[in-house]
Amino acid sequence: MAIRERLSGNEAVATAMKQINPDVVAAFPITPSTEVPQYFSQFVANGSVDTEFVAVESEHSAMSACVGASAAGARVMTATSANGLALMWEILYIAASSRLPIVMPVINRALSGPINIHNDHSDSMGARDSGWIQLYSEDNQEAYDNIIQAIRIAEHKDVRLPVMVCMDGFIVSHSVENIELLETEKVKEFVGEYDPGLDTLLNPEQPVAMGPLDLPPHYFEHKRQQAEAMKNAKEVILEIAKEFEALTGRKYGLFEEYKMEDAEVAIVVLNSTAGTAKEVVDELREKGVKAGLVKIRVFRPFPVEELREALKHVKAVAVMDKADSFSAAGGPVFVETRAALYDAETRPVMISYIYGLGGRDVKTDDIMKVYEDLLEIVKTGEVKSVYNYLGVRE
Amino acid sequence: MAKQMIEIRWHGRGGQGAKTASLLLAEAAFATGKFIQGFPEYGPERMGAPITAYNRISDSKIRIHSNIYEPDYVVVVDETLLKDVDVTAGLKKEGAIVINSEKSPEELRPLLKGYEGRVYTIDARKISIETLGKYFPNTPMLGAIVKVANIMEEEDFLKAMEESFAHKFATKPEVIEGNMEAIKRALKEVKGDER
Amino acid sequence: MKDNKKVTITTETTWKEITPGGIVYEAGNAHNYKTGEWRSMRPIWHSEKCKQCLLCFPVCPDSSILVEDGKVVGIDYDHCKGCGVCVNVCPFNVFDFVKEE
Repeated sequence: MAIRERLSGNEAVATAMKQINPDVVAAFPITPSTEVPQYFSQFVANGSVDTEFVAVESEHSAMSACVGASAAGARVMTATSANGLALMWEILYIAASSRLPIVMPVINRALSGPINIHNDHSDSMGARDSGWIQLYSEDNQEAYDNIIQAIRIAEHKDVRLPVMVCMDGFIVSHSVENIELLETEKVKEFVGEYDPGLDTLLNPEQPVAMGPLDLPPHYFEHKRQQAEAMKNAKEVILEIAKEFEALTGRKYGLFEEYKMEDAEVAIVVLNSTAGTAKEVVDELREKGVKAGLVKIRVFRPFPVEELREALKHVKAVAVMDKADSFSAAGGPVFVETRAALYDAETRPVMISYIYGLGGRDVKTDDIMKVYEDLLEIVKTGEVKSVYNYLGVRE
Repeated sequence: MAKQMIEIRWHGRGGQGAKTASLLLAEAAFATGKFIQGFPEYGPERMGAPITAYNRISDSKIRIHSNIYEPDYVVVVDETLLKDVDVTAGLKKEGAIVINSEKSPEELRPLLKGYEGRVYTIDARKISIETLGKYFPNTPMLGAIVKVANIMEEEDFLKAMEESFAHKFATKPEVIEGNMEAIKRALKEVKGDER
Repeated sequence: MKDNKKVTITTETTWKEITPGGIVYEAGNAHNYKTGEWRSMRPIWHSEKCKQCLLCFPVCPDSSILVEDGKVVGIDYDHCKGCGVCVNVCPFNVFDFVKEE
């Protein structure tokens, strides 16, 4: 029996962490993720977990402590946002290349400047090439479910990579909503005991050194091996999602397709905007418009073939980015999604929308405007503008 | 659009507990089996600055994640906001507004920029001071909106609040009775101009 | 961007008009932001009772005690947030502190 609860996104994340009961959590507070280590340190203080909580002096140190603890063979978690994630940057790459299965909720917030504490995806999108697996979550439920699955994905023998679980700051992190929790025993059973293998710093039977200098004769091979792990992750993510579905009834894939079977126009989007957009899809469907939506859950590894299959029959697609990559040619999700369609025999017209930066609220009217633009393209066959900004004052 | 969703917008001032009230309302509705959302619109945290908080209450899962622009109900926790904030913006005519004021709804209607729906007032200051000994307007306002919007059965609401307070004030149970009294009085004392 | 120097940024300012990187060109422009509307309590200063001790002036966090030629002359209600520090510090009970209407 699932537990019916109401929790904010941050409470949901902290609750998942409590149920997982990791060996080590090292974290530094930053808005809007502050509540995660705050709640978690309460769990440590009142004895509901037996985690070693390391209160560090910066995010650079937080991730460094995570790397050290993970290398020693511990199950390790942390949480951060925006500038905190940026301060971890150097160590993010080290965690991934050292193949350390650290799991980190990222409560998405605009990365300065100008300084802003509100939601967009510029923080995690900037870290997209750091070698971490990235899962995105529409609401508190998905964030909770993704974190539990992330432990298994990260620690899988074919993967051994760190995972970021992203959710929207404030919009989800600070909104109280219904959620179904698993019993703690079931979570513990699902994630299992962590087996770090023999290659750990604290294994006296087999002493090892980690993180050596890696010069031109070997570095490339290591990176190729790391790339293979990311490639393997796709299958592992799906396997674990199946197991999770058997346990909870909640279905997860690489992305969610909403009313895509016969869709003529579709948008591709991440995180909480997907929920708002589903309302618009329903409204359009009632009027007989064949609208659909694809919500990407797994952005790293990027589901190239699967997205190609899902979108190749659609007439016009808008890809929505809550981050600008300043390439002067669309946001990161757009660029990768459009590239995924390049090899398709038939492919949709694809346009880019950068939207919602720095917490600019995204209304159903805004999403409706995107679908209207797509319908106009289908009708006239003419694309007036490929690169668009939605909701900015012109 | 999800069927039978009620959308509520709260206007208050930083420090008056409008955010807490929206979370308490979410909690009470949750306790009666509803799907809920309770969230504030975050700005810099400043005592006295106008703030907004929101509730969605529905019989089915709530997917929309934007602020509320066309609320069914508006709650004004501080009547001095009426002159500076457009509290009735987008408020549905079939809905209602509840204002914390010692004045009558008829007296306040002229300040509402031609709003044609139902107007209610409640003297939350008086109730709060008489029941809690201090000015905490949010609990009486919560009672008033539950009554006006007919969100749930009074009995279920009172039961949910009692449990919520018992949890919230576990370390100072002496304030539970006052808070419950404040809510009960609000349910009775809210006055309406229903046209 | 000299032309923008006197620009007042509002929630209507477009991306073309807004100052690059959020540069603020004008010193003391917080004055343009009328925080008086945050007030729910209003201090009222009575000149006839005031001994001009000036204790209220330095404690006001919003520089809203108006002083001319070394004397208190009134309150700047455009910026006073009604915190009541002046009321509290006054040794002669010069101020009334009333609910904002």
